Amino acid sequence: MEVILTLGIGVLTASGVWLLLRPRTFQVIMGLSLLSYAVSLFIFCMGRLAIDVPPVITGDGRVDASQFADPVPQALVLTAIVIGFATTALFLVVILAARGMTGTDHVDGQERDS
Amino acid sequence: MTAWLQHLPVLPIIVPLLAGASLLFFAESRRWPRLLIMLFATLVQLGAAITMVWLTTDSVPDVWSRGIGVYAIGGWHAPFGIVLVVDRLSALMIAVNVTLAMAVTVYSIGRWDRMGVHYHSLLQFLLMGLNGAFLTGDLFNLFVFFEILLTASYALLLHGGGPQRTKMALHFIAVNLTASFAFLIGVAMIYSVAGTLNMAEIAWKWRLMPSDERGIAQAGAAILGIAFLVKAAAWPLNFWLPGAYHAAGAPVAAIFAITTKVGVYALLRAGSLLEDPSAPFGGAWLFYLAIATMIFGIVGMLASRQLPRLVSFVVILSSGTILAAVGSGAPSMIAAALYYMLGSVFATAAFFMLTGMAERLRAALPGVRDRAATPPPTYTAFAVGEPPDPYAPDDEVGVALPAAMAFLGQSRGDRPGCVITDLRMPVVDGRARAVDRTCWVRISVVASLDRAQAAVVAGSGRTAARRRSYHHPRRWCCAPWGRDRAPGTLRTAGRRRPLLRAQNRSATRGR
Repeated sequence: MEVILTLGIGVLTASGVWLLLRPRTFQVIMGLSLLSYAVSLFIFCMGRLAIDVPPVITGDGRVDASQFADPVPQALVLTAIVIGFATTALFLVVILAARGMTGTDHVDGQERDS
Repeated sequence: MTAWLQHLPVLPIIVPLLAGASLLFFAESRRWPRLLIMLFATLVQLGAAITMVWLTTDSVPDVWSRGIGVYAIGGWHAPFGIVLVVDRLSALMIAVNVTLAMAVTVYSIGRWDRMGVHYHSLLQFLLMGLNGAFLTGDLFNLFVFFEILLTASYALLLHGGGPQRTKMALHFIAVNLTASFAFLIGVAMIYSVAGTLNMAEIAWKWRLMPSDERGIAQAGAAILGIAFLVKAAAWPLNFWLPGAYHAAGAPVAAIFAITTKVGVYALLRAGSLLEDPSAPFGGAWLFYLAIATMIFGIVGMLASRQLPRLVSFVVILSSGTILAAVGSGAPSMIAAALYYMLGSVFATAAFFMLTGMAERLRAALPGVRDRAATPPPTYTAFAVGEPPDPYAPDDEVGVALPAAMAFLGQSRGDRPGCVITDLRMPVVDGRARAVDRTCWVRISVVASLDRAQAAVVAGSGRTAARRRSYHHPRRWCCAPWGRDRAPGTLRTAGRRRPLLRAQNRSATRGR
């Protein structure tokens, strides 16, 4: 499972960075989205991977921590997703405005050879 | 009284949040209620900030122990809940921030807040993010406040519209979103080893960390530091800055003068947690990076042909100066750099606002629109290749304010950096003394550079009118427009109307 997750994060990050460096605004926003997925998965796996264990600690007295998943990274991922979603939406609006104002979808607002 | 003072640290976050939200209930046309809410909210924050500065001094030792106030949000205690921590540095930064916001608000009443919607709300949300970033004692909460201030700053950068602003906002948002991802990765890596996000606990866990796990934490800290360096505009991560600050409206650029300092603050704050401030948080290579930043800023200043762009490079230069002090690592040096930061933030902000006014005057006047044809402002500031001006005798410009660094004093003095000598603190050993001496020389160089900036401001005010060579500036402001009417102005009886009309026309054309 570790290998699959690591490969997934790596592929997502690599594609994200490659798209981020492309000249079209749509590619940039896709790259940012892929990067945000990669970052979310990365934060998630930083709380150690565990299968079939709940993050909510129940019972009282002594609790065996190995029987529970770490809830903090899950909360962090949730926050990061919400913030990333909002900023991506904002970025999308700016991209649409730039497309409307400059008439091109190049990130510099003009084609390279014009 | 003391019970109420316990809740003081949360005021600079709650007040702008409520004010920004309540401003949304008033239509843009209802100007006075909006302005009253805005000014009242900023005044309350200013009062809270000044009280916090007072409480962190030694004069009231019994309110907060050792001058450090801790506020547990929601009553959850430190490692589990999020805490706000007030020490002298954060209280001071909030005071600077709110004072600047007050000036920016008053400045933007004149014109800028009507150039788009929700200007005041966005400014309050930006203040909330800034104050929160200065106050928080939790690493992930720092990220959240960074995002709040960045989101507000994206919208503020777009304020006023236009293709240029939109294009620059596109770059600004892309760079900052990427930096935010780096921030998150760094935080996650530190969490995976330390098992906590509370800054004080991270500092404690760092010392107990076994050496085989320390590598991951240090890698995380390095990635975190890169994110901070992007925000602090360190070379080579600062290419987004000149274009964005140039495109922003004058008051927005003025408040942006402090958002780069948040990066420096975060670097300093997070660096203080690490036992061995390695990689981006200190040491020799931060120092050399900062020197490269300063050189980049200076070269950019000399090469800029537009005033707002020049001032953007001043921001980079001032960031580089403070980073160099952080990199040198001597506590006395950092204290001096923080004192420099006060003057520098206000200076660059005032510079941006003055530039906005100069550009406005320039746009309203005929014959000077071809900006590419004008020489760089540094030329005109020192009157390179210009005939002597009978109206502007070579007298001293400005009034010296006691203890005000860099900008607020005279623009032509004979003793550079004389204030800074007093800043040096007692040094402990010979090595520190040597570091101290070299650093002081360096700062005095910077102080004289700052004076060059001041001369640019004074010069641009003078020479903008001088190059126009149509009339003396006083005449533009005071002469009745019936006589000596300027070409391009409208035939109106009022004294200021022609200028305003011309501005409106140029504003719509710019759009």
